[in-house]
Amino acid sequence: MSGSEVVIVGGGVTGLSAGWWLARSGVKVTVLDKFIVGWEASGRNGGGASHYQSPLFDEEQRMWPQMDELLGYPTEHQKERIIIAMTERQWEQYRFVAERHHRLGHPVEVLDVKQVQEAVPLAGDNCFGGVHYKFGGHANPQRSVQAYAWALQDLGGTIEQHSPVTGFETAGGKVTAVKTATATYGCDAVVVAAGPQIPQLMAQFGIDIPLAPARAEMIITEPAPMMPIGGVDGHKLYGRQTMRGNLAYGGGPHEWIDVDATGPKDRPSTPLMRNLASRLAELLPKAAHLNIIRSWAGVIENSPDGRPIIDRLTSPDNVVVASMSGVGFGLSPASGHAIRDLVIDGACSFADIDILKLSRFDNLESDWREKRGWMPIS
Amino acid sequence: MELNFTGTDICAVNGTSSAPEAHYELVVVGAGPSGVAAAIDAAKAGKKVLLVDENPVSGALMGNDVPLYFGGRMTAATQNSERMLEAIFMSMPELETAMEAGVELLLGTTAWGVYRNGPGVASLPEQVVGLADSERSWLIGFDHITLATGARDLAMAFPGWNQPGVMGAAALQMLLTRYDAFAGRRILVLGSHDLAVETALLAQARGVEVTGLVEVRGAPQASAELLAKLAETGIPIHCGTAITSAKGGIDGVESATLANGQEIACDTICAAIGLVPSIELVDTMHGARTLNAARGGYVPLGEATVSAVGDCAGLADNGFDHVAYRMEWMQALTNISADDTVICQCEEVTRADLIGVQPPNYLSRPAPMCARSLNTLLQDGPANPDQIKRLTRAGMGVCQGRRCRDQVAMLLALEAGKPFGTIPLASHRAPVRPLPLKIMADWNEPEAMSAAWDVWFGIPTQWVPVEDLGTQYEEDHRQMLYTGMYE
Ligand SMILES: Cc1cc2nc3c(=O)[nH]c(=O)nc-3n(C[C@H](O)[C@H](O)[C@H](O)COP(=O)(O)OP(=O)(O)OC[C@H]3O[C@@H](n4cnc5c(N)ncnc54)[C@H](O)[C@@H]3O)c2cc1C
Repeated sequence: MSGSEVVIVGGGVTGLSAGWWLARSGVKVTVLDKFIVGWEASGRNGGGASHYQSPLFDEEQRMWPQMDELLGYPTEHQKERIIIAMTERQWEQYRFVAERHHRLGHPVEVLDVKQVQEAVPLAGDNCFGGVHYKFGGHANPQRSVQAYAWALQDLGGTIEQHSPVTGFETAGGKVTAVKTATATYGCDAVVVAAGPQIPQLMAQFGIDIPLAPARAEMIITEPAPMMPIGGVDGHKLYGRQTMRGNLAYGGGPHEWIDVDATGPKDRPSTPLMRNLASRLAELLPKAAHLNIIRSWAGVIENSPDGRPIIDRLTSPDNVVVASMSGVGFGLSPASGHAIRDLVIDGACSFADIDILKLSRFDNLESDWREKRGWMPIS
Repeated sequence: MELNFTGTDICAVNGTSSAPEAHYELVVVGAGPSGVAAAIDAAKAGKKVLLVDENPVSGALMGNDVPLYFGGRMTAATQNSERMLEAIFMSMPELETAMEAGVELLLGTTAWGVYRNGPGVASLPEQVVGLADSERSWLIGFDHITLATGARDLAMAFPGWNQPGVMGAAALQMLLTRYDAFAGRRILVLGSHDLAVETALLAQARGVEVTGLVEVRGAPQASAELLAKLAETGIPIHCGTAITSAKGGIDGVESATLANGQEIACDTICAAIGLVPSIELVDTMHGARTLNAARGGYVPLGEATVSAVGDCAGLADNGFDHVAYRMEWMQALTNISADDTVICQCEEVTRADLIGVQPPNYLSRPAPMCARSLNTLLQDGPANPDQIKRLTRAGMGVCQGRRCRDQVAMLLALEAGKPFGTIPLASHRAPVRPLPLKIMADWNEPEAMSAAWDVWFGIPTQWVPVEDLGTQYEEDHRQMLYTGMYE
């Protein structure tokens, strides 16, 4: 497919990684984003990259340590994670997961309180213990997004920001062009990686993609002294110490919302910041005096089973759709590879991703959102 | 795995968040003259009114230039919070009047965010303002909020500005008039517009030696009346020049050098180039604002349940184009200073790195990274300070951009060759003041939230390893991690 043109709708990590992988294969890529690359969830997430539940896990793990070098730009990728239990129940749960990792051959070590404090000096003796994942890690989402974008440009790809896609032209069972209000981009294939806006775009092909958008929040503190391991989760929080030292944390309640064809109208945070603060002060008591300096929210879309949808349609047959269902940052080096394979070869070369097919929802009830209580507050 | 859905997602926020502790018909943020007046008027009209003001802020926060640009030039007296509180009451007799009129007054209380339902959020019980004192944070509901948060100092970078003794005019005025706690003795004032001349006259009246004013334009900018008063004092105005650097020692500034070569001994350099209306809270509530160059910058538009009064609504319009004036200063300071001048003090971002969109020093800069710059970024679309902030970290520090936000927007405008107003302002986010985790914490979290708190969405099928699908483990996993979520 070298020399052909692929248009990618959506300049989040998924679309950009796909574009980068395609450009590496000599494909001419144009990424269209309605605003600035990474402005939505891709620039607002926790940066976690340890998705052991996914068929893309091995590729995620293989790729991240190489990404800075392959992209040519820093992503702040850091290896490993520690998850700290603050209640007896969490201790039971985290050890259960550790045991599972052990059996799956993922290297883990169970830590006592003293070992936790050695690896995570901001932790206190109020914890029950921890689990050290000797895999996974985290990166800086905002830097990573831009790194993909720049690397893609370095390979000859084009990024058009401020270019909301409004529709498609089709002929002979294929999409032949992607349209914005002011331009038409001819193409041989299309990747739709538009996050929460995927359902509206795909509806134009008469295809129903079951996704429910929601808002999730994070907080960040001023810098703390650098810890040996920065990827510290636990107490039902996820987060990381940035390479500058800040503690960026999220977790807890989300709010289901509706998103129309133009995308999220806003991404407001709420006083949930106070609940994140109390949990973080408990998880890392020696950081309790640190100032919170910002909070933010992002919008993600979820599929009914919480797993991504990565699939190539049968009609039109040159469209690949990719929704990462709330776990897309860490998986991005792998999702991009899978999308590249689907676009060029029609099948994923490195993993069995049938579980991510859209057809798994063929028999989904039409009121699936109501059933799950995933409806916006009216 | 069979899941019987209940129609309710207990992990969603719906109805689980902490309720506001009280409700007022009017909350006024800022107990300056206009805030106090608004509170008194409403209380006299029979309204239930809460008036809050963050002052006196703790010594530690003043060290972070909260709320004004103190530049480390406050005396030890500011460490004594009781004395500070007393000083506020002494300097503002209207506060007594307000309390007599029935206004509830909370000093030392910061309003760190205002929230309401709107696009993207419908879960708030009502519109609330987040408050915090030195002990805890809490929420207050309101019918109407009046923002009387005043205006803050506009800082300007030059070599040596990142040391004690470089401060803002509003901060200096506050230290002189309210707290009698200014630690300097000999000052140089940047600017010659009304603010600068008023500040110079005040300082001199309070026994501070004013060595002069520095004006980038060819002639003094203040009103004839103020200039006449200044002339009587004999304080010189150095026109058509700017500051090239400040030299100093361990106690900070010792002298300033001007572009005309003159070196002036001083322990404080007071930037009196401009004030910026304090609209942080308007941003946190996603309120409407507009740029008004004659009123000092972005000002709130005002809405049915939100109003702004005093300097927060905009500086008095006397026909002076504040934005054009600032831009001239910025251009001049940029022309005469080296590229390695620090723009963002907290994150130590130099102008070269800002304009080069380069990452901080603890990250490597491989060849492709070095080849990137604002210019290459502009080819993708107009400059956006939030994007530049993400890449360079300028404005991401503990001062929350108070010192560099406006400068970054000005520099981007200059560099992009665009008018100031075409560059969006980097967003203000709650908390609008740095607040410790343990103070911000909701230590009385509702049981419904605690019980259902999940690390992510609580979707029972989301984290089961693919290898385990359809095995006994899938069920064990659900039992262990998601009990209670689905039937
Ligand atoms: C608070 C929070 C924390 C998270 N934490 C993590 C984590 O720790 N680890 C992890 O792996 N994941 C995490 N996630 C999830 C992760 O951020 C997302 O799954 C991921 O960013 C999805 O990337 P994307 O490119 O698929 O979608 P998006 O980032 O949503 O990007 C879609 C892009 O498409 C553009 N677009 C949409 N419609 C159009 C159109 N019509 N025309 C043109 N452009 C369009 C949008 O502007 C947007 O830039 C988190 C998310 C949030 C909100």
